[in-house]
Amino acid sequence: MESKTIDFERGWDHVYKGIKQLRRILEGLPEPLFTSGEYVMLYSTVYNMCARNPPHNYSQQLYDKYREVLEEYITSTLSPSLRGKRDEFLLRELVKIWVNHKVMVRWLSRFFNYLDRYFVDYRSLPALNEVGMTCFTDLVYREVQTNIKDAAIVLIGKEREGDRIDCSLLKNVLDIFVAVGMGSMERYEDDFEADMLRDTGAYYSRKASSWIEEDSCPEYMLKCEECLKKERDRVFHYLRSSSEVKLIEKVQHELLVTYIDRLLEKEHSGCRALLRDDKADDLSRMYRLYCKIPRGLDPVADIFKQHVTAEGTALVQAIGAASNAPGVQEHVLLRKIIELHCKYMAYVTDCFQNHNLFCNALKDAFKVFCNNTGTDSSSAELLATFCDDILKKGGSEKLSDEAIEETLENAVKLLAYINDRDLFAEFYRKKLARRLLFDRSANDDHERSVLSKLKQQCGEQFTSKMEGMVTDITLSRENHAAFEDYLRSNSAAHPGIDLTVTILTTGFWPSYKPCNLNLPTEMIKCVEVFKGFYETKTKHKKLTWIYSLGTCNLSGMFDQKTIELVVSTHQAAVLMLFNTSDRLSYSEIMDQLNSTHEDLVRLLHSLSCAKYKILSKQPDTKTISRSDYFEFNSKFTNKLRRIKIPLPPVDEKKKIVEDVDKDRRYAIDAAIVRVMKTRKVLGYQQLVSECVEQLSQTFKPDIKAIKKQIEDLITREFLERDEENPNTFKYLA
Amino acid sequence: MRRSACASKKTGQTNSTNPISCSPSDLFRSASSKASSKEMERIDNLFYFYANRSSGMIDPEGIETLCSDMEVDHTDVRILMLAWKMKAEKQGYFTLEEWRRGLKALRADTVSKLKKALPELEKEVRRPSNFEDFYSYSFCYCLTEEKQKSIDIESICQLLDLVLGSQFRSQVDYFIEYLKIQSDYKVINLDQWMGFFRFCNEISFPDHSNYNPDLAWPLILDNFVEWMQVKQS
Repeated sequence: MESKTIDFERGWDHVYKGIKQLRRILEGLPEPLFTSGEYVMLYSTVYNMCARNPPHNYSQQLYDKYREVLEEYITSTLSPSLRGKRDEFLLRELVKIWVNHKVMVRWLSRFFNYLDRYFVDYRSLPALNEVGMTCFTDLVYREVQTNIKDAAIVLIGKEREGDRIDCSLLKNVLDIFVAVGMGSMERYEDDFEADMLRDTGAYYSRKASSWIEEDSCPEYMLKCEECLKKERDRVFHYLRSSSEVKLIEKVQHELLVTYIDRLLEKEHSGCRALLRDDKADDLSRMYRLYCKIPRGLDPVADIFKQHVTAEGTALVQAIGAASNAPGVQEHVLLRKIIELHCKYMAYVTDCFQNHNLFCNALKDAFKVFCNNTGTDSSSAELLATFCDDILKKGGSEKLSDEAIEETLENAVKLLAYINDRDLFAEFYRKKLARRLLFDRSANDDHERSVLSKLKQQCGEQFTSKMEGMVTDITLSRENHAAFEDYLRSNSAAHPGIDLTVTILTTGFWPSYKPCNLNLPTEMIKCVEVFKGFYETKTKHKKLTWIYSLGTCNLSGMFDQKTIELVVSTHQAAVLMLFNTSDRLSYSEIMDQLNSTHEDLVRLLHSLSCAKYKILSKQPDTKTISRSDYFEFNSKFTNKLRRIKIPLPPVDEKKKIVEDVDKDRRYAIDAAIVRVMKTRKVLGYQQLVSECVEQLSQTFKPDIKAIKKQIEDLITREFLERDEENPNTFKYLA
Repeated sequence: MRRSACASKKTGQTNSTNPISCSPSDLFRSASSKASSKEMERIDNLFYFYANRSSGMIDPEGIETLCSDMEVDHTDVRILMLAWKMKAEKQGYFTLEEWRRGLKALRADTVSKLKKALPELEKEVRRPSNFEDFYSYSFCYCLTEEKQKSIDIESICQLLDLVLGSQFRSQVDYFIEYLKIQSDYKVINLDQWMGFFRFCNEISFPDHSNYNPDLAWPLILDNFVEWMQVKQS
């Protein structure tokens, strides 16, 4: 660079020549472009005028001249071309002059570049670009901004009505709005977007109000989906991406939020009807449309819940009204409930994307009708019986393994909706015991699989006892092998009868009434022998014998032929009395056996009044009375060589319910103590709700029962009522 | 409710072995104590008049005699009030200490003075600030056995009538009727007893419009209100 001072006039003259050349180029006149040499000269001139010490430093003057030049260019060349133009023409012209302006600014800035390097910062002045933009804004933009905005919005409106518009033109126009903001989106938002959104809102409001009258719900929803898609395309094609959220919200508001009630409640095509007619696609669409809207899904989930509840309740009532045989009816009921569950679960997963609201709606709906079967048996008992039917031998032999697994899986799922889960556990346990002890279980794998499903659903505590029962059976088999070894090595101890003993761990199994039946000597010997064996294994455990659970194979030496009788131990004890006496009265049997009247009547009935009359009774009536006499019926025969004489079980239902009630009292007691121990001082209502919460996995406690336990705990001096506030309780350590 | 062994009381403390020591408080006391020691003497004498020789306490027989001397029925609530004033621990018995306590407070050292003090005593007991204490006392007073915490229905009915009958006649009558026909509870404990008192004071009767079973009222009262609502409809 040559460093020589330049006179201002001369320097400016040179620069101005370059500017005039630039203008001619911009006008489109045949003017050669700047060579790099020419450019360098211009740059240097500016440099020489600025990189000087005063008084030869003309930075400020040049800076001012820069602005002057631009302003002059705009007012003389650019602005006039806009006047008188409207609508799309205005837009086109604007874009054209904007491009020109940008070129002018770019080149000018190159010439005056040296100012940008030092002077601008030194004086904290706006940079040359900024000056350029400000000039454009002040002299062009401000005048036309409203018209441009309106013109743009009109174009958008046309596109909405289906016309094709020049998207790139719109895009360029909107770029201007953004550029004018100089780094912030304020101009775009305030000068264009705000009104565009308003206009959008008004447009869709009009459309919605007529569509909602004419269209069915599915049709309306389709239109909504399309509109939303189009608006998104609009953003993609020319609007700024920052507009998307606001735009979509506006559209959603006008189309979906405003009319949500009318839409969903449309009589023949609304949500209820869609559910009724299994319109999965439409429901999926409904979900898609409303899931983005805050609280948009609430009414849909509500209608879903009402629908499922109604279906379920109707089902229960229909089956209750039908007059099938009791057992069949209940089986059918459960099957149908499972079907209903599968059906609507599919809706939840497929249409409603497993959304929480719908999962809960389904749950709540099922809870309503699953707990009210309309029969004598509680739903807990029905479900346990249902499982028992599938798991026992002869129950479901026709079904494949997968089908059985699936049914059991669905049955366990239903448990979540039943309040009295602990009652179910107790019924299930009782039936499991019968299956295990009388070898009625069809398939070990299925048994285990159900237990693991129950454990998953209800927690380890729920199934720990049942698992213990299954383990006991396995251990008993091992134990039996050891017993046989023992007998082999102590042949003198052998009782002469094949004996199998199953050892049950008391805590796991349901409680059984102990009995003081007098056994025949042969059996007593068996018991003694086994006791002897057991003592060799452990001295710390006490054996209590439950003969009511045993079975016995007797050889009945009838006149015609010997028949093997498979009976219960108690039945065997009765029959063996007739080995020593030909004829016995009821009271004699009673004395010798030491039974209860209730049990004895049952036993004798099964042997003398039922299908197989092993004993003959005098008088030969259908019921047992205490004055009857019994004899061994030697005339009895049957074409089979081996028959089972069933002994109908005692109805344990009442006892089970009592046991569960008792357990619940303990559970409530423990829950109250647990809560109060932590909280020390707590208000009544909060105490109740925390207890309910704690127990909710197992059962739904009765509020009165909780109150009763609280009072009991006060008497036992675990709690006391607060003196100041009788609704608050204190824990007494 | 503490149940201290009432038989083993310290009787007649021996004086200190030092006859010379004489504190100023002794001197002070001796001046005005002549009158009060005379009173004390009379009170004691009265005690021994009714007391049982061997047990050293006034027993039920003695109380009956006292009552007839005062011309008050021994089942009268005022006798219970007297027991309260004495802070008597065991039902049917007064110890010397309790007797002294009561009669001194009532400023009565003869039977006639004691009789005259009864109306004043009743007024005192019925004052709201005292009545709650009296009410709870009357329950505890009836716990005769060691470790007894509740009272049977029959006795409760009588006690309710005695203690609350005059103040809450209708509530007591209805509640007694309910207690007799219900079978959930065979005994009533202190918490339920106090609950009923609160009930009488707070709940409008017989409409129960402000009764809320969702609060911590004893369950027996929830059931009582339910029973009444069924009865009234």
